[in-house]
Amino acid sequence: MSSNISSGAKEIARAVNARECSAREVVEATLARIASVEPQVGAYLSVLEREARDGADALDARIASGERFPLAGVPLAVKDNMALEGTVTTCGSKMLERWVAPYTASAVRSMLAAGAIPVGKANMDEFAMGSSCENSALGVTRNPYDLERVPGGSSGGSAASVAAYEATIGLGSDTGGSIREPAAFCNLVGFKPTYGRISRYGLIAFASSLDQIGPLTRNVEDAALAYDAMAGFDPMDATSVDRAVEPTANALREDLQGVRIGVVKQFDTHKLGNDIDDVYDRALHDLEALGAEIVEVELPTADYGLATYYLIAPAECSSNLARFDGVRYGLRVDGNDVAEMNERSRAAGFGPEVKRRILIGTYALSSGYYDAYYVRAQKARTLVARDFAKAFESCDLIAAPATSSPAFRFKSKSDPYSMYLMDYYTIPMSLAGLPALSVPCGWVTPEGGERAMPLGLQLTAPLFAERALLSAAHAYERATMHASKHPMQIAEVTR
Amino acid sequence: MSSENLDIAYVAKLARIALTDDEVARFGAQLGDLLGHVATLADLDLDSIPATAQVVESRNVTREDLERPSLDREVVLSGAPQRQGAFVRVPRIIGQA
Repeated sequence: MSSNISSGAKEIARAVNARECSAREVVEATLARIASVEPQVGAYLSVLEREARDGADALDARIASGERFPLAGVPLAVKDNMALEGTVTTCGSKMLERWVAPYTASAVRSMLAAGAIPVGKANMDEFAMGSSCENSALGVTRNPYDLERVPGGSSGGSAASVAAYEATIGLGSDTGGSIREPAAFCNLVGFKPTYGRISRYGLIAFASSLDQIGPLTRNVEDAALAYDAMAGFDPMDATSVDRAVEPTANALREDLQGVRIGVVKQFDTHKLGNDIDDVYDRALHDLEALGAEIVEVELPTADYGLATYYLIAPAECSSNLARFDGVRYGLRVDGNDVAEMNERSRAAGFGPEVKRRILIGTYALSSGYYDAYYVRAQKARTLVARDFAKAFESCDLIAAPATSSPAFRFKSKSDPYSMYLMDYYTIPMSLAGLPALSVPCGWVTPEGGERAMPLGLQLTAPLFAERALLSAAHAYERATMHASKHPMQIAEVTR
Repeated sequence: MSSENLDIAYVAKLARIALTDDEVARFGAQLGDLLGHVATLADLDLDSIPATAQVVESRNVTREDLERPSLDREVVLSGAPQRQGAFVRVPRIIGQA
């Protein structure tokens, strides 16, 4: 049955809907793959064996009675910051290590309604704060392309699971790059839609003005199918956008005739080193060969994105994570009074990166510093958004690197700021709320490394232009097929 | 935009996180370093620029004040660290010096 799990979502759904194979068979093949590679990869914090089998059987019964589903039987990895009723939902934190979700996140519910089968809860940097998965308090996830390297983060478990064929679609969340960066590191498509496009109800909040759910997949079509299943208004999320959604999966193009692609003057790829520069140069040539017109655009405030983000995101996190106080859910460590109980619970429940961000956010919001830090960052955010609006007057999409390097080795980013720099190319799009994705664009062998590692090309579109974005990524993917050019370090599945 | 007043122990008190002496020293240095990086925002002329809280259209969200089904109380309370009957139990708040 291994051919099932190497297929795309569309083919799996077709076969299951046509009853050429059952959802149960797809799930069994996936669980077998998980059992075989998880000791090396460690993508999941929990594998939902019983739930997946029960869900598959129920789906097969509905299909037998004539129902059809766009994602019938597609194995799904759910990042462990999304609630799935009756399952432990940890956020990669000791704070929630034993918390069982009493309801299901809207995005997960949409995927279930489309016929997808959750097979596991994926590892992540604690509370989605990190770029390597190393900040998880509960497990180590390795990059399937080189087990000595990180999978990226914070959606690193979702990325590793899909790359290793332990799921077909992974759900991630992206605040400053947490879908796009691990996708680039693990040779996947990682897609962050426009802010507000997919409901965040049931996503444990990190930075509410930035957080967005999206898919990680092995090809653009699967990302489009997942987006089509999840996008749309949800009254349960007050930031959800009430605006018609254009389907994307039926509109994927094979060429880029008439598409103007902006290259950002400030994103000089020469400084990334010759090998990486060559990959991005070739990507622009390939886009041009498909018919795109390459134009230079400017994002003069791009360099201020990181500083802006590392005030806004921690400020919002310090507010959001105030709810973890040892009272209603999560870890409690007793104290002599409520304040001491709060302080001890939070000291024991949060890891160092979460504490750092809460502290910096608390400081940025504190009396006397609010205007100097938080408000200033919000004003800078306005400039970043205006830069993009101006750039999109002369182009339809923007092409940029997803990351400044391929996946790095464990423990190689020892000071927090060097880890924050990993998000340099993805943060400006997040601040502007824009839809953006990473698509595999080539390979480099990192200095001192032995294996070729993937790189991602980041494409960004104006607000709500998901259709044009996915369409262009599809044309590029079809023409280049970079993803299939090098093997993983772990055992491949039969394709 | 000066970080000279970063009193990490005071901020930790505001954030209700008990820190060890080692954490006070380590986080203090790391956060001072970060504040040095974010100080670059001082280079931007932002006087006439409005603040952006959220980029996409936003509106006030209200609904009719009507009863409707909610999460099951037993299920929700089962996630509480300590409970007493239908309540979440916490240390005494009232009547302490």
